[in-house]
Amino acid sequence: MSNNNPLKNSSMHAVLALKDGTIFEGKGFGALKETAGEVVFNTSLVGYEESLTDPSYKGQILTLTYPLIGNYGVRKDSFESEKVQVEGFVVREFQEFYSHRKAVKSISQFLKEFDIPGISGIDTRMLTKKIREHGVINGALVTSEEKIDAQEVLEKAKKLTDYSSIDLLPKVSVKKPEFIDAKGEKTIALIDTGVKLSIIRNFVKRGVNVYRLPYNTKPQEVKDLKVNGLFLANGPGDPEMAVDAIKLVKELQSEMPITGICLGNQIVGLALGGKTYKLKFGHRGTNQPVKNLRENKVYITSQNHGFAVDANSLDGTGLSVSHVNLNDGSVEGMKHKTLPIQTVQMHPEANPGPWDIENIFDKFVKDLK
Amino acid sequence: MPKRTDIKKILVIGSGPIVIGQAAEFDYSGTQACKALREEGYKVVLVNSNPATIMTDPDMADAIYIEPLNPETVAEIIRKEKPDGLLGTMGGQTGLNLAVKLSKMGILEEYNVKVLGTSIASIEEGEDRELFKNLMKRIGEPIPESQTVTTVEQAKEFVKKIGLPAVIRPAYTLGGTGGGIAFTDEELEDITQQGINLSPINQVLIEKAILGINEWGEFELEVMRDKNDNCIIICPMENFDPMGIHTGESIVTAPTQTLNDHDFQVLRTSAIKVIRALKVEGGCNIQFGLNYKTGEYRIIEVNPRVSRSSALASKATGYPIARIAAKIAIGMTLDEIPNDVTKETKACFEPTIDYVVVKIPRWPFDKFSTADKRIGTQMKSTGETMAIGRTFEEALQKAIRSLEVGRFGLGHDPKDKISNNKEEIIQNLKVATHKRLMYIRDAIKIGITPSEIHKLTGINQWFLEKIKNIYELGNTIKFTKESITEAKRNGFSDIQIAGITKKTEEDIRNFRKENSILPTYKMVDTCAAEFKAYTPYLYSTYESEDESNPTDNDKKVIIVGGGPIRIGQGIEFDYACVHSVFALREMGYEALIINNNPETVSTDFDTSDKLYFEPLTYEDVLNIIERENPKGVILQFGGQTPINMAMKLQKAGVNILGTQPEAIDTAENRNKFGAILDKLKIPSAEWGTAFSYEESLKIASRITYPILVRPSYVLGGRAMQIVDNDEELDSYMKEAVNVSPEHPVLIDKYLGNAIELDVDALCDGKEVFVAAIMEHIEEAGVHSGDSACVIPPQNISQEIKDRVIDYTKKLALALNTIGLINMQMAVKDDAVYILEANPRASRTVPYVSKSVGIPLAKMATKLMLGKTLDDLGLKEYKEPKFVSVKEVVFPFLKLKGVDPVLGPEMKSTGEVMGIDENFDKAFYKAQAAAGSELPSNGNIIMAIGRERHKIEAVPIAKELIEMGFKLYCTKGTSEVFKKNGIRSIKVPKLRDDSLLLEMMKNNGIQLVINLHRGSHAKSDSAIIRRTCVEQGIPYITRMSSAKASVKAIKALINNKISVNSLEEYYTKYN
Repeated sequence: MSNNNPLKNSSMHAVLALKDGTIFEGKGFGALKETAGEVVFNTSLVGYEESLTDPSYKGQILTLTYPLIGNYGVRKDSFESEKVQVEGFVVREFQEFYSHRKAVKSISQFLKEFDIPGISGIDTRMLTKKIREHGVINGALVTSEEKIDAQEVLEKAKKLTDYSSIDLLPKVSVKKPEFIDAKGEKTIALIDTGVKLSIIRNFVKRGVNVYRLPYNTKPQEVKDLKVNGLFLANGPGDPEMAVDAIKLVKELQSEMPITGICLGNQIVGLALGGKTYKLKFGHRGTNQPVKNLRENKVYITSQNHGFAVDANSLDGTGLSVSHVNLNDGSVEGMKHKTLPIQTVQMHPEANPGPWDIENIFDKFVKDLK
Repeated sequence: MPKRTDIKKILVIGSGPIVIGQAAEFDYSGTQACKALREEGYKVVLVNSNPATIMTDPDMADAIYIEPLNPETVAEIIRKEKPDGLLGTMGGQTGLNLAVKLSKMGILEEYNVKVLGTSIASIEEGEDRELFKNLMKRIGEPIPESQTVTTVEQAKEFVKKIGLPAVIRPAYTLGGTGGGIAFTDEELEDITQQGINLSPINQVLIEKAILGINEWGEFELEVMRDKNDNCIIICPMENFDPMGIHTGESIVTAPTQTLNDHDFQVLRTSAIKVIRALKVEGGCNIQFGLNYKTGEYRIIEVNPRVSRSSALASKATGYPIARIAAKIAIGMTLDEIPNDVTKETKACFEPTIDYVVVKIPRWPFDKFSTADKRIGTQMKSTGETMAIGRTFEEALQKAIRSLEVGRFGLGHDPKDKISNNKEEIIQNLKVATHKRLMYIRDAIKIGITPSEIHKLTGINQWFLEKIKNIYELGNTIKFTKESITEAKRNGFSDIQIAGITKKTEEDIRNFRKENSILPTYKMVDTCAAEFKAYTPYLYSTYESEDESNPTDNDKKVIIVGGGPIRIGQGIEFDYACVHSVFALREMGYEALIINNNPETVSTDFDTSDKLYFEPLTYEDVLNIIERENPKGVILQFGGQTPINMAMKLQKAGVNILGTQPEAIDTAENRNKFGAILDKLKIPSAEWGTAFSYEESLKIASRITYPILVRPSYVLGGRAMQIVDNDEELDSYMKEAVNVSPEHPVLIDKYLGNAIELDVDALCDGKEVFVAAIMEHIEEAGVHSGDSACVIPPQNISQEIKDRVIDYTKKLALALNTIGLINMQMAVKDDAVYILEANPRASRTVPYVSKSVGIPLAKMATKLMLGKTLDDLGLKEYKEPKFVSVKEVVFPFLKLKGVDPVLGPEMKSTGEVMGIDENFDKAFYKAQAAAGSELPSNGNIIMAIGRERHKIEAVPIAKELIEMGFKLYCTKGTSEVFKKNGIRSIKVPKLRDDSLLLEMMKNNGIQLVINLHRGSHAKSDSAIIRRTCVEQGIPYITRMSSAKASVKAIKALINNKISVNSLEEYYTKYN
């Protein structure tokens, strides 16, 4: 079990079973473990270090559509959080040999370090098509040095609870408030529903101090901090599960400027009276075209979300759609008609993905009181 | 933003003949552009000198001009057609340079022609080294330290500052022509001088060399931008061969393999910054150097147009760059153009892929044994092949199989010649040639580690470890289900596995079928399966799910394509394959194509009903046939590649449509073919087969000299030669070939001074239609593929024509031809001899089709499916009343060490066509189109070797003098001329004085007529010819061409150039 020879891993067995009865048998890598989660795919060609550590993947088993993963190893930097967040990792071929000036370990060592199992050698395109046609689906993943009974894994997959009903936020949020001092004049309250560290870095870079607050912070607690604005972060799960944050936005909507990204966008939508729905297979990748309706210009963006705000539900909320996804027309950003509230569904902080819309942070910052 | 309504008619410029650095990709891009523009309701006028292109087909544009691509001719077309838009970014460097010249001439302004897409100013800013440098400085993007110079002195001065090695890049040349890396002062002088000479503006850039051995990797991004400033990256690619080797000469992978997200975003952000600064509207290619050790990057080059790399990126992702670029050029924006692959999404996104792509260039060194085979900053490859797999190992090995070099993967195959010589291996790792990939494999085999190989080559160790994987896996393959499955997933072919397990290819095939180890076919869909795709573009791999979804249509036919472009197998064959698809679709058949050349129209996803992007080997092709179960397979159009597997496929039970493989075999087998000729009483040149040296002497004395000798197999080196006497035969037999009972030498009587003819005909099994008789301009003895020729024939009588037609009919029927047949004949002293018959499509098919206005390949396809000539309305041989001359172009400029002389071995890469009312004008146009513009005044060198030729040249010299030329002649020639009353200036032989060379280098000579048969690369003549090539001076090496050229010069002096569209030629002159 504690064999450090990475090649030993390639003799590991692994089975991924989906709730609908599909079974994939491959080779295991990373940790020896049983795991389960909602199986989703991401189409980005690069960026596995960032994706694996993105807390929005909590509760999910991630498959990457690009077949060769691990080519450039894992570097020493801190990524989007302090650990690997996915429940399991699915690839066509993990690369034990890596080549990059900054790399210090292989992808399998990285997974092992955080006790996350991976499966390799399976037809990931078949899996992706399955998800595309069926929608995201629950699955169980088992790695073992012994031969695995695939039927047993399938039984586990069938018994899994619905992803939407799991409260994932306690697992990804800070427990106590933290203050990140940018030595700036302005400060925001950031509700940590699983925030990607790149978001915090972007505020700090712009000289904005950040209070990183637990997901269940009460409105009065925020008020007491005398901040210049409220920021709702990205995070995992169904936005309707984020009841505390929704309540917070509802109460503070006219008190201070509010901005948000990803889950934050959905929380603001719900708080102001809109509705959200689950996308069939989500948007996960770094090639998503988003149209800025005011500029009539399209930007290629990084995305990772399974839910979206329903544009039709925004009537009377004061919110209007500012950005749409060019592929399916879904809401990618909102702006309040009178209040200083603006949010986006895509990820201007990138990591992974294009840096084209980083200036959205400038707008967020400019809006601070 | 909707399309522009202020323009109605658009002139599209093609790229001319296939040359090294500019291959079929511009037919592909031009064809896509024409389709895209017409779809939007614009009238399209097309000009291209290359008839072997789909874009010059009648259905592709409203008016098609097959005319020389020079500013004067195109200006004439503008005056006549009055287009209001010009699209010059589809025709490669040729199209771009022409657009710039037209703009400078003022003709565009005069006729109010708007340049569509990227503006001329932007093009110049991207192409002009100095302007580009300034722009990069302004926007703060890093480029290697460099300086533009116009003299060698300036170059030396600058190098004192930056040090050697330095890269020399001539401005505005194609594929890096004339450039190179200088490691010594001497090289610096030489390359700089050559670069200055070759640059149309006599300018080169001296640049600090950033090389692979210093950890610089090379990357490429294909970028698109529209007028609303929407920018997208189509495909990031990484070169296996690092900086120092031209990207066209490099093995390339898509996507990048060793960049992490941060590295990639750095390059992506920089690319977008550059394309915005250049205000490109359309496609653009940006090359980067990125240092693997430090992470710093440099912008190396920007091409503000579609390019070979964009063709590769298109095929690698499924995203039609040229088509979208054309739509952008007419003012549309990316967010309103649909993605035709997914239908539900738009063209404004970044394609993503779920497979690995490997491209390998195809070099012509098998045809040019004396060429300098080192690869570097200048392109030498003629074509390329691409392969797709789900592992790098699979893609690489498939690409090697696709190269058509007799290899079936990376080693472990029958041709696997291992070098164990460590010194040789190390030398070949350090100095890259076309064989470096194989040497890397050998290096691993003898225990040199990937890390050591990395130090010697600069190749990223990630790639080297993959090669090691292939080698090591190859050693462990066993004849078990598990092991063979693993081998297949790593791209091993049945032949490799058979070699390793000591079985036959059939054993492996049968074992695989019994154990269900079968390929699965996956889709190329631009989006890694995120959306449903509607374009069936497939590749094989060994996975769980198959997406080929074959129909059970009983009207389904597979066409096997021609693979990478190489000498002897050019774009003509792709042209024929595409026509076959068109014919099948017209007849209501489902047409499938198998090919692996990313540059071509045949591999465009909307050409066929289904595209299989696969190696063209027996195994790969049969796998598809077995999956698809078609009514039949067409092998006639893809050149030698599909023919090579015809017999084996037939034996495997595949229904071959049209002429049966036996007929092809009969035609190629000397004895069988001789027997048929005897039976039909058709004369042929005398011949014999020698199995020993003694036998060759005997045959030579029987059929008498001169003779044509060639080995029955070709093993590099000299293949075919004309031999005049026993001595020459002796040296040929002893030095050039190794005659043995297994490897006999074929000997033919050489018909000196004969007129050679090519005939293309169609046959339905009962009737024969002779489409055209082509008369070669060069005498027999020059490979038919290298000879200029003319339709209709100019120098043969009706009686001879009748006999040619009669022989053609008899032979076509005797060979049971269904479809196309090509014959070569020689006419000497009123006798017609058959030289060769090939019952399949020849490279003349496009030229003939355009000349006579009948699409031969389409017609042939219909015959193969049961139509008769009568059904198609094809009856009697009929000559067009205008004249079409085909001329060829050669790669000599790019290949140092090669004597640019014609002979029985084919050397040309491409062709052009000149059309006019008479031969002289048509010949002139053909020469001009081939880049050898004949002069109307100035100085001419005449150096004639043989006495007989000197006398024959007298009337030529006379006419030239009368037209006002000055003649410079060597001693012998000058004396003969003097005796005949011709004034010429005597010049010393080269070996005594370099005056001639000086004159040539200083623009003192406008034409060289150098008739000599010696082919020693060090002879005076060879040096003169080589200098012509390097200085861009037109030169003539054959008497018949000299005669034709004189007539053409006369026509040029007496007439103004006139231009006509193909349609006008067909109607006006018929």
